[in-house]
Amino acid sequence: MTVEQIIFLVVAVVTLVAAIAVVTSRNLIHSALWLILTLFGVAVFYVLLDAGFFAVIQVIVYIGAIAILFIFASMLTRRVMQDTGPQSNSNWWLGALIALLLFGGIALVLISWQGFTTLAPILTGQSGQLSQLGLALVSPDQYVLPFELASVLLVAGMIGAIFVAGDKKQ
Amino acid sequence: MNFISDPVTFIGHWLGNLLLSWGVSQPVVTFILKFIAAGLVGTFGFALVIFTIWLERKLYGRIQDRLGPNRVGPWGILQTVPDIIKIFTKEYITPVGADKIVYNLAPILSVSAVLLTWAVIPFAPTIVGTEVNVGVLYLVAVGSIGALGIILAGWASNNKYSLLGAFRAVAQVVSYEVPMVLALLVPVLLGRSMGINSLVNAQSVWFIVLSPIAALIFFTSSMAETGRAPFDLLEAESELVAGYQTEYSGLKFGMFYVGEFLHAFTISALTATLFFGGWRGPWAEQIPLLGVVWFFIKSFIVYYVVVLIRISMPRLRIDQMLNFNWKFLTPLALTLLVVTAIVDKAFYTILPGLNLLDAAVPWVRAGVHLFMNLVIILITLQLLKSYRIKAVRVVAEPRPVAVAPEPPASVIS
Repeated sequence: MTVEQIIFLVVAVVTLVAAIAVVTSRNLIHSALWLILTLFGVAVFYVLLDAGFFAVIQVIVYIGAIAILFIFASMLTRRVMQDTGPQSNSNWWLGALIALLLFGGIALVLISWQGFTTLAPILTGQSGQLSQLGLALVSPDQYVLPFELASVLLVAGMIGAIFVAGDKKQ
Repeated sequence: MNFISDPVTFIGHWLGNLLLSWGVSQPVVTFILKFIAAGLVGTFGFALVIFTIWLERKLYGRIQDRLGPNRVGPWGILQTVPDIIKIFTKEYITPVGADKIVYNLAPILSVSAVLLTWAVIPFAPTIVGTEVNVGVLYLVAVGSIGALGIILAGWASNNKYSLLGAFRAVAQVVSYEVPMVLALLVPVLLGRSMGINSLVNAQSVWFIVLSPIAALIFFTSSMAETGRAPFDLLEAESELVAGYQTEYSGLKFGMFYVGEFLHAFTISALTATLFFGGWRGPWAEQIPLLGVVWFFIKSFIVYYVVVLIRISMPRLRIDQMLNFNWKFLTPLALTLLVVTAIVDKAFYTILPGLNLLDAAVPWVRAGVHLFMNLVIILITLQLLKSYRIKAVRVVAEPRPVAVAPEPPASVIS
């Protein structure tokens, strides 16, 4: 076993345990912390796949922005929503069914996949990839439309948030 | 390559070959060497803090007309060592109702976020922890973990002052990240790379000459990220006891303390690396060890400015701080980014028609960028002058200081 495989296995176990703890933890802040650990695990996977850019973006966006937002929102609710009440509601069987179906679907797809036994191709031109990604995001025959749509969606969300939160001057 | 001019690479090669000759496989050798290097960089960071704490206390003392630490060692230089021993012997106090795990996790996160930054700082052309090709983004990512540490400390302490400090931390640290990232993009644009070492390599003319505004914005907003005066609202003594670290004692407080001082030096090192040419200097490429000397000379000059600002500035109010960020720094950084991008592209488009000498190209480019920066500064100053009149307004009518209150009717009757 190579060093990379050992790291992968350890990180995979940690990520899975943390992901389970996100939904089973009874304290909101602890849930958010487990979520951060899970997202870190995913970032490590990106590093193992030689995708350093995605790893760093994962940490910036998901841990630096979203997880901090979660924690900040639940900081306002210190004694609320913890240690009381059942952890599931009457629709738990529906959720379990959907989760099971999703798992089955992914497993079916993965069974017929050949990639488990083949080695990952060695990437060349590490520094060139970043500019390629940047060009792909703004070139008209590649991803400019989804990229711009996502930007418009984010701006719309931001304007909506400002409208909801802002003072309504008469 | 020899031992005198480049000891770190020399020892690295020697150790790697030694392990290989013992029959260890190549990936394991790489792993071991990286592991040792990580430990060395971390230890070096902590060792540096022992010195900078003394330096800062000494400067602090001298500016306030005191002697500063002067008992242990020559000029009191070893004062921090007994302080560390003392802090080791202190009792750990955990407040009632504190969230134990999160409470203990917060100082660790706070220190490790700062220490992680040192992994990508190049000390010399060959002495660098890891050459990451997205180094600049890495800095931003690591910075956000530090904010996490402060927020968790404030929340887990079960103390209203701590929580208020954490609220301020979110407002301050998260919002000052915006101009900082925008200012960081300017060196990326100018150096055509995101790797820190390639940015240093690109600075044949220092980036502070090309873009003084970006350097200032980066410096200011990273000062705010450290949470020290004049941006020390997170731990404002007169309002919040000690902010998010009120409940911490012993070594846990020590970790916040070390984290803060290390952060202050780290931002100086980053400013020196990104805007003052890092290890660049005479003969640095031939003798890498000399690069370390240049790097630390530049870093300590910037650090001196950081300490001077900390000592001599009063604390800002929270609304002033946020206004300064959102209404001044962020628009300025956005404008600068757009102007720099357009000017740089235009310069390289018309460059073939100019018939310049190859050696003169970086200097002409620097001149063009500097000119545009000066134009932006002039416009900004004009705008500030015209808005200042509006900003100064009367909040309330002046009223007499002491007037006896009207006694309630029940007393009179």
